[in-house]
Amino acid sequence: MKARLTSTKAMQGSVLALGFAFLYLPIVLVILYSFNASRLVTVWGGFSTRWYGELFANDQLMQSALISLEVALAAGILATLIGTCAAVALVRFGRFRGRTLFASMIYAPLVMPEVIIGLALLLLFVSLGLERGLVTVVVAHATLGLCYVAIIVRARLIDCDPALEEAALDLGATRFRAFMLITLPLIAPAIAGGFLLAATLSLDDLVIASFTTGPGATTLPMRIYSAVRLGVTPQINAMSTLLLAAVACGLGLAALALRRRAP
Amino acid sequence: MSARDPKFPGLGQRLVLAMPFLWLVLFFLLPFALVAKVSLSQSVLGQPPYQPVFDWHGLSDFLGKLRQFSADAYVGLTQDPIYLQSYVDSVLIAGIATIITLLIAYPFALAIARAPRRWRIVLLLFAIAPFWTSFLIRIYAWILLLKDEGLINNALIVLHIIREPLHIFATNGAVVIGIVYSYLPFMILPLYAALDRQDKALAEAAADLGATPWGVFKRITLPLSMPGVIAGVLMVFIPAVGEFVIPDLLGGSETLMIGSTMWNEFFANRDWPTASAAAIVLLVLLVGPLALYEHWQMRSEARG
Repeated sequence: MKARLTSTKAMQGSVLALGFAFLYLPIVLVILYSFNASRLVTVWGGFSTRWYGELFANDQLMQSALISLEVALAAGILATLIGTCAAVALVRFGRFRGRTLFASMIYAPLVMPEVIIGLALLLLFVSLGLERGLVTVVVAHATLGLCYVAIIVRARLIDCDPALEEAALDLGATRFRAFMLITLPLIAPAIAGGFLLAATLSLDDLVIASFTTGPGATTLPMRIYSAVRLGVTPQINAMSTLLLAAVACGLGLAALALRRRAP
Repeated sequence: MSARDPKFPGLGQRLVLAMPFLWLVLFFLLPFALVAKVSLSQSVLGQPPYQPVFDWHGLSDFLGKLRQFSADAYVGLTQDPIYLQSYVDSVLIAGIATIITLLIAYPFALAIARAPRRWRIVLLLFAIAPFWTSFLIRIYAWILLLKDEGLINNALIVLHIIREPLHIFATNGAVVIGIVYSYLPFMILPLYAALDRQDKALAEAAADLGATPWGVFKRITLPLSMPGVIAGVLMVFIPAVGEFVIPDLLGGSETLMIGSTMWNEFFANRDWPTASAAAIVLLVLLVGPLALYEHWQMRSEARG
């Protein structure tokens, strides 16, 4: 019995080790090779930070990074506002008419192939006569992001006791005040997490942005994509490392925030 | 009191529901109607490169327009062997990748779910953290690894395991690897949720009654985790069928996936009706899995 237990433990350990190696080795290699002095991407030529210098001197790339940040911030805020409303409607409004359609529209974009969403939104913008650019990308990203926000906030809202809000109502608070004072602080970590996810998805999106953007609003993934298509360059390694570092910092902060607020 | 009666929603409540509802109808539902419409129009050059069918100018005009509906784009799809091949290959590649993802994710999720309680959340966080990092960069990392002069081939040659580089890059195999790698977190999450919920006493009882570890797995653990398996499979398979970035960057000239074929039809050939028709056919192809996924989501939502 003891022997079987140890062998199970050993197997569990090796499965975890292999799994994490598969997930993280490719990422670690990109980071490692961003400090490679050699121009040849797969030959190690000593430690260097020259690619980071070249990266910051690349105005086009820097400008696209700025555009992507603007889009991610705007789309993240919009998605958080609308997505939180959607979560409240899903959890607190009971079985209203059209609920099935409403819930389907929230779940479907999560798995819908991006090429279809991108093409569909583009046709909408064209037929509305909207000029494609920053605004259309923000709207497209907000639409996808609000579904993720709704699902994350919904999960947290289910655990909140509606009796708390009802107590506030009985004590004379308006519905709006009761929500702001009681429920909102309870679901705040989920809202923050939803915002981060929506903004990250926007920062990362290539396909939907390519369909819905116009001249003058080339996002960072679009630039990286065209650079990667032309061939692997050390500058992309450096860019990737910086992006990974930013995400790691964001994740760390989010984890800290969640740990502090979670009961 | 009426403010608290759910039958008489206040203005604020109406707004809370109306805002996301109308947004999704306008930016998610309506666009699909437009795709269907454009797929039925005739291709013309110019901006937008299709002949509109639906601009509303009264009923008689509408009836006249109805006759202008054209199935040209759909006929074109059936006549171009690239499309049929793309659909078949997309389903095959996505299917194989989904199975491999499941085979890797299952033991991984099981090992996390059976770890000591205080480690579980940390392990799970690390397992899904790559999902938060740039998708494009994770695919790019595999170019570095898989190329003929890439890191895997270099390592194998240095270790004298192979003499000639393995040609993995720019094949369908590379596309499968890319899909498995990028979609792994989507599979781990629902599997972990299903495995973590299981009552351990059941497995212990079976073991006490003399079941082998394999028997316990086959008759208790696996059947109880089926909802997680179904959810994970759908969450990987559906988006993978329409994947564009992975086949475009890791695939070769032999790789025909509908996502890239559609992309090229749209951006290179500027044939919007054909791209739209291809999108509609892809949607029809995915209607079954999508309905199953929606059904599963609704059920798990009802369970809370």
